[in-house]
Amino acid sequence: MLIDQGKCVAAGSCVMAAEAVFDQRDEDGVVVLLNPDPGADLAEDVREAAAVCPAQAITVKD
Amino acid sequence: MAEPLKYPFTGPAPLEPPAEWAELRSKCPVAAVSLPSGDTAQLLTRYADVKQVLSDPRFPRASAGSARVADTESGGLFNTDMAQAMPQEGEAHQQWRRLITKWFTIKRMRALRPRIEAMADQLVDGMLAQGAPADLKAAFGFPLPVWVICDMLGVPDTDRDRFAHWSDTMLSLTRYTQAEMDAAAAEFVTYMRGHVEAKRAQPGDDLLSDLIAAGSLSDAVLIYTGQGLLVAGHETTANMIGKMIAMLLADRSRWEALLADGSLLASTVEEALRVDANPGLGMVRYLTTDLDLADGQHLPAGTTVMCSMGAANRDENVYTDAATMDLTRTPNPHLAFGSGPHSCIGQSLARTELQVALEVLLRRLPGLSLAVTPDELQRVEGLAVGGLREVPVRW
Repeated sequence: MLIDQGKCVAAGSCVMAAEAVFDQRDEDGVVVLLNPDPGADLAEDVREAAAVCPAQAITVKD
Repeated sequence: MAEPLKYPFTGPAPLEPPAEWAELRSKCPVAAVSLPSGDTAQLLTRYADVKQVLSDPRFPRASAGSARVADTESGGLFNTDMAQAMPQEGEAHQQWRRLITKWFTIKRMRALRPRIEAMADQLVDGMLAQGAPADLKAAFGFPLPVWVICDMLGVPDTDRDRFAHWSDTMLSLTRYTQAEMDAAAAEFVTYMRGHVEAKRAQPGDDLLSDLIAAGSLSDAVLIYTGQGLLVAGHETTANMIGKMIAMLLADRSRWEALLADGSLLASTVEEALRVDANPGLGMVRYLTTDLDLADGQHLPAGTTVMCSMGAANRDENVYTDAATMDLTRTPNPHLAFGSGPHSCIGQSLARTELQVALEVLLRRLPGLSLAVTPDELQRVEGLAVGGLREVPVRW
């Protein structure tokens, strides 16, 4: 999985979809990856996070 | 060439979308429309097209050459000094934006949530004291977001009503005269100038004090930032609370589903945002270069584009049973908050307010119902944000 902090608009949608995987920097809300290789049990949440990201800043590779 | 369609469109009933949305999505995805100002823009209604244009960082929201939206002299909110003075694009815009987004993280929203809940409870107390029937919009939906914004800006509770009036006037397209809009904007700027000075002298734990401490923003940008947060965050959320509750009560099985299963709350809020039939005009973009849409349509440089997120959110190519309100729909990548570098900066706050509003109403007023038939609801006219004039309820 890849995140693009330059594109991130700090909407926080990824944190709401998968808070075990994504967090936000305190100073500006930009996405931080907590777990770059989440297991199968989180796959659906991660796909949701990528789908709802308003900046298309999350890329999921199978 | 056909005459441009008169925009915005009106749905056949208060909670139903305009017939033009589906028609244009299937037959005319780039449609010439005549804005309230009389100027012409090209309207996009397909999900893929709207998302493509909104996500493209090259296109500003307005420029000297773009079509004006409103019929007042200045052309409304999107053509004001505020819109022109703020960092609009690229690096400068992102730097400004990231000073603000610090205040809208999920962590901060969770910390703010109990305060919003207390405000919502206080407003319900007021409704109970007055007795049924009540106008949910005036008694609850309209005050809640302005109280929250005043709290974030460090504005005292006693000035909340003035803020509500200013935001109402500044967002007007046709309801107020140019003189009234100018007067409201001038009063607001005067107030905010004093407020910024006061915060500089005595900082508090609020967004404005924090921006002042950052040191990089001029007073004008500080004032316009406050103005922007108010006009962007008040009327929009206030109306959405009213529309969401009206949608849920118009078919009361939805309200009952929520009473039975509180875990539907978050997805219900997203679905209400998606199926909103009165979301307002949409978002304007000015094409600074030629653009080819993904489905092959060519738009020349100099075109003013109007992106209808409301129409896009009902695109059958993206959503199964797009016209149906499904409280369990997940994922729900709707475009109600826009997309890309200009997507709504306060969307996490809006979501939190909508969730708290719904949660508190379900808890305090489980017997809530509409006091009129859905067809008797009246739409707001003359504002850039769509909504219902009143939401009469009993409980």
